[in-house]
Amino acid sequence: MRPARQVADQVDVKTGQIVRYAPATRINHWIVAISFVLLTLSGLAMFWPPLFWLANLFGGGDVTRALHPWIGLVMAAAFFLFAVKVRHDNRLQKADREWLKRVGEVMRNQEENLPEVGRNNAGQKLVYLVALICMLVLLVSGLVIWRAYFTAYFPIDVTRLAALAHALFAFVLILTIVVHVYAGIWVKGSLRAMTRGTVSLGWAWKHHRAWFREVTRHTNGK
Amino acid sequence: MTNHWVDIRNADLVLIMGGNAAEAHPCGFKWVTEAKAHNKARLIVVDPRFTRSAAIADYYAPIRTGTDIVFLGAVINYLLTNDKIQHEYVRNYTDLSFIVKEGFAFEQGLFSGYDAQARKYDKSSWDYELGDDGYVRTDPTFAHPRCVYNLLKQHYSRYTPEMVERICGTVQEKFLHIAEQIASTATTDRAMTIMYALGWTQHSVGSQMIRCAAMVQLLLGNIGIAGGGMNALRGHSNIQGFTDLGLLSNLLPGYLTLPGEKEQDYAKYIAARAPRPLRPNQLSYWQNYSKFHVSLMKAWWGDAATAQNDWGYEWLPKLDKAYDLLLAIELMNQGKMNGYICQGFNPLAAAPNKAKAIAGFSQLKYLIVMDPLATETSEFWRNHGEHNDVDPTKIQTEVFRLPTSLFAEEDGAFVNSGRWLQWHWKGAEPPGEARSDLEIMAGLFTRIRKLYQSEGGAYPDPIVKLAWPYANPDSPTADELAKEYSGRALKDLPDPKDPTRIIRKAGEQLAGFAELRDDGSTVSGCWIFCGAWGPTGNLMARRDNSDPTGIGNTLNWAWAWPANRRVLYNRASCDAGGKPFNPARKLVGWNGAAWGGADVPDYKADEDPANGMGPFIMLPEGVARLFARDAMNEGPFPEHYEPFETPLAANPLNPDQPLALNNPIARVFQGDREAFGKSDRFPHVATTYRLTEHFHYWTKHVELNAILQPEQFVEIGEALAKEIGVAAGERVRVTSNRGYITAVAMVTKRIKALRVDGKTVHTVGIPIHWGFTGTAKTGFLANTLTPVVGDGNSQTPEFKSFLVRVEKA
Amino acid sequence: MALQSLDIVRRSATTIPAPQARGATAGAVAKLIDVSKCIGCKACQVACMEWNDLRDEIGSCVGTYTNPPDLSDQSWTLMRFTEYENPKGDLEWLIRKDGCMHCADPGCLKACPSPGAIVQYANGIVDFHEENCIGCGYCITGCPFNVPRISKKDHKAYKCTLCSDRVAVGLEPACVKACPTGAIVFGSKTDMQRHAADRVEDLKSRGFDQAGLYDPSGVGGTHVMYVLHHADQPQLYADLPKDPQISAFVKVWKGISKPLALLGIAAAALTGFLHYVGIGPNETTREDEEAARRELEKPS
Repeated sequence: MRPARQVADQVDVKTGQIVRYAPATRINHWIVAISFVLLTLSGLAMFWPPLFWLANLFGGGDVTRALHPWIGLVMAAAFFLFAVKVRHDNRLQKADREWLKRVGEVMRNQEENLPEVGRNNAGQKLVYLVALICMLVLLVSGLVIWRAYFTAYFPIDVTRLAALAHALFAFVLILTIVVHVYAGIWVKGSLRAMTRGTVSLGWAWKHHRAWFREVTRHTNGK
Repeated sequence: MTNHWVDIRNADLVLIMGGNAAEAHPCGFKWVTEAKAHNKARLIVVDPRFTRSAAIADYYAPIRTGTDIVFLGAVINYLLTNDKIQHEYVRNYTDLSFIVKEGFAFEQGLFSGYDAQARKYDKSSWDYELGDDGYVRTDPTFAHPRCVYNLLKQHYSRYTPEMVERICGTVQEKFLHIAEQIASTATTDRAMTIMYALGWTQHSVGSQMIRCAAMVQLLLGNIGIAGGGMNALRGHSNIQGFTDLGLLSNLLPGYLTLPGEKEQDYAKYIAARAPRPLRPNQLSYWQNYSKFHVSLMKAWWGDAATAQNDWGYEWLPKLDKAYDLLLAIELMNQGKMNGYICQGFNPLAAAPNKAKAIAGFSQLKYLIVMDPLATETSEFWRNHGEHNDVDPTKIQTEVFRLPTSLFAEEDGAFVNSGRWLQWHWKGAEPPGEARSDLEIMAGLFTRIRKLYQSEGGAYPDPIVKLAWPYANPDSPTADELAKEYSGRALKDLPDPKDPTRIIRKAGEQLAGFAELRDDGSTVSGCWIFCGAWGPTGNLMARRDNSDPTGIGNTLNWAWAWPANRRVLYNRASCDAGGKPFNPARKLVGWNGAAWGGADVPDYKADEDPANGMGPFIMLPEGVARLFARDAMNEGPFPEHYEPFETPLAANPLNPDQPLALNNPIARVFQGDREAFGKSDRFPHVATTYRLTEHFHYWTKHVELNAILQPEQFVEIGEALAKEIGVAAGERVRVTSNRGYITAVAMVTKRIKALRVDGKTVHTVGIPIHWGFTGTAKTGFLANTLTPVVGDGNSQTPEFKSFLVRVEKA
Repeated sequence: MALQSLDIVRRSATTIPAPQARGATAGAVAKLIDVSKCIGCKACQVACMEWNDLRDEIGSCVGTYTNPPDLSDQSWTLMRFTEYENPKGDLEWLIRKDGCMHCADPGCLKACPSPGAIVQYANGIVDFHEENCIGCGYCITGCPFNVPRISKKDHKAYKCTLCSDRVAVGLEPACVKACPTGAIVFGSKTDMQRHAADRVEDLKSRGFDQAGLYDPSGVGGTHVMYVLHHADQPQLYADLPKDPQISAFVKVWKGISKPLALLGIAAAALTGFLHYVGIGPNETTREDEEAARRELEKPS
């Protein structure tokens, strides 16, 4: 079958796949993801005594304490690189409001009445936004409570506030990531975007029709 | 101390002036807190700075450094004007009723007999009037115009609260409050103690400041009583022992004195020191001088000292003048002294005007330093950058450093401020090549003696005849020396009252100085220590702190000189009849047959008080002197003279007599006078002092102390800091006419600018502890700044008052 | 470490309750620091360094008598000097010995995430067991008095132990032994309170109407107490907190936030799971693929 119109490079009509994330982006994402998991485990170890055993995964409490901020730096660096890269896809627009109004339908897997979604839907954009805010706060507060290097430069009340903020925003981020991960499990075919980099034509057509149309309207395809 | 540390707890009022006990004597200061806690005592601090002592005082007043006589003189005036004196005490136990010779005068700051050329007094008019019976004439009614009471009153009438404010910068209200508090102890049921230290001694009129305070105490009846006294806080742990053993150049052990060059005749030497009583039935205990002296000579020259050779009197040096530190350095500078031995002494840091000391040391052929530490003196020739900027190639002095052990590495006794001889035991072996001072001195002696024996010399007798009876001549032990200074019988000693009875067998240790004889049958190297190692053993090693009377005298703890007496003049704590003035604080008392009580009576033990013997038994008068006679060089009454570097142009007390601006008899060498600065170029008043975190120049070598006070600083008030634009923690340069130092500025509210004689005077505080050797951050020796002039009696340098200029570094 | 043998009543980050049956029958201990008797001689600092084998750096003078300038892993106690001009215009030099207050309700212990790094004995002493310390510094964050310090050498937290080793064998803390003026005394807390009452009475007789004992109830009382001349203004003494509490931030952080956060995360995960089970995944169907291809065939 031969398509009636020219499509973009990223569309492989033969296999029915569209490239959604380039390899560099995927690696970047997974650096953030792995760091996040490590940070969550080590952070929870230091946050809640019943979970202190998690510290053993890292070789003990002191190693956990020493590693956590360095992993945090890696995550922050990787995340901000990623965030800059995908910033254009995550601008909230008018249509997103309509989508959000109908988020109940989304949850019930009913997408018929939703506005056409671009590369990212409003939910994804919100995840981006919340993660961005959380990351910023976690980075700053994390530096403040990083005893080995920085805490000495801050008054004790700032340190106390930073400790609380770090915990609070970590909680928000973890919740957000739980939603994010679940979305990947729930919306079948999504995960492949971050593992192999591609999604099926049907997935794109179904969930991100505007994006689908945009990438298939190009004239320089094969 | 007339009293002792523990006794301070008996005080109702504690005056700390001319000292900073909390800072420099924190352990002894505990007895002040005890007095406050258990005796409801009040603490008053008068000091140029708000000190650590002031931090827990009930009342503090600032004073310009060097003006204490004005303050104390005004207290005397207050006491006399308001009749706040202990009448029974002053009438019976002081010379207030004594009549002074005609011819004694005081005019415009100078006493009669002044010779401006020689800067000396002819003291002959400074004496009492004697009656035909050879005794002093008195007027118990105090009516005679020349009785001490009236002369005293007249002298101090010029010392008014207004004058205090004008000269000391202490506002009248504060002065009057303190005077009132002090006056409250004129009653028999209240006692005041005065605690002082180098804040009084290190002035050109230091001895007179102390004397003035002692006069206040006498008027109040506070001498000789529990919780009273004049209490000198000694700095080094054994500086009391240093003076007791006569290490000052004009002294012999036990405050016996070296003869002057005119005293070539032994009998006259003794007679001049054994005065006959000036009043009927007085003990005049120095009449026993020859017993103490002969026993000393027997200790030194043993069998060689005989009645035939006047017990070796010929071998004693006869002084043309006192060879104090200031003179020694002057002589070095003049090329008249070419060798110097410093034993436990860091004169480069301890002598005024470091530049002069360096110049002096540089002219020596050799300098020997015996010390546990690498002192600045031993490195005076080495360039330490800005801190000691000398050119070693220009210094040819050969320096020997002999490492000594530290006190904790040897046995021996310390004499504390309260005159207790406390034995201590070696706690560790000395490190490396260190040897004890005893070993080094003995080694030097035996070698020098050998040289004299084999080669002869100009005058070998005093050396080759010296007795050296120690088991190991190269290392006498502390026990041997202690037994020697305490003393023993050389022959069987018969009882003077019953010659058939032997009170001491030959070779037996003596129980006390009452057993000493001047016939060569006893030996005692320091009569006041006689009995410390008695027939029953080493009493200095006693450690029984039981206090059966509760007065704190613990007579079985160690041993106190003299005669294990804890409070000097304690007879004065009783009325004329021998009953304690204050039964609640009884020290001694007369029971009808003998004296006894919680202390060893400072009196003839079986003397009926009805016979009228006075309690001040060392004086031929038997009573205390408010009129010092010829004992002080400046005059019989303390008079205020400004420090040699003063912010004032004239002495407000004697504005028209320029000779009375500074101490008129203080010895000033020509070059040193030229090195004095004037207030136009050096407008700030400086004072030096110690900090509790350090001990002299020792502990900057100790890590722990260096941690507590790591770096040199000077203290300036907020007003001065603002004036010169310096904030706390920034560096300042302090310059005197003799040199400069730089240090961190400690800007403080504790030093306030004072209003003195119409002008604002800023005080600069300079802690002394830093130098160019040690573990702490290196710094400048504070004595780079200080002037070379000593007290008129003791030649203690004027480290507490001089002029500097402070500016931002 | 066995909880019983040390009479430990509280242990950080430990879910198993400590034994409660044994108590300090002789009563809790306390160190009383009488600021009105303190001359700031720093003997306590030296005694502390000597007994505990600590040596702080030989630093520099920063223009104050407080030296070293702050508490550190090597300085578990130090004198803080404050110059205060009272309303009468008289100067007071307030010298406070700073260090761990040994709170009955210790913020450090509450904040500590590492099991057994901070313990509280039945006698009231709050002790750090450094072998369990992970160096996170939460104890500092949790301390209302800002006392513990992390060592640069081993990244572990240190503070005054109230000489728990000495007290355990019936000796007084080293600083108490060294204090020359009796400004620091040690004994049972009730005895110390009684002694303090005498001292307060004495101070009142000297014109300090507001003299009093500092034993702040906000932290359940402390086992290091002060006699202050101005008990109404503890802030005068180098910012001694007037009403110390475990910081509200820390309370939230180490209190309610823990269960809420964990609950929240668990709830989110559970919601996802239930959603998956109840509504099921959102799958791309064959129809979707075909629709996509049809779309491709349309002209652009």
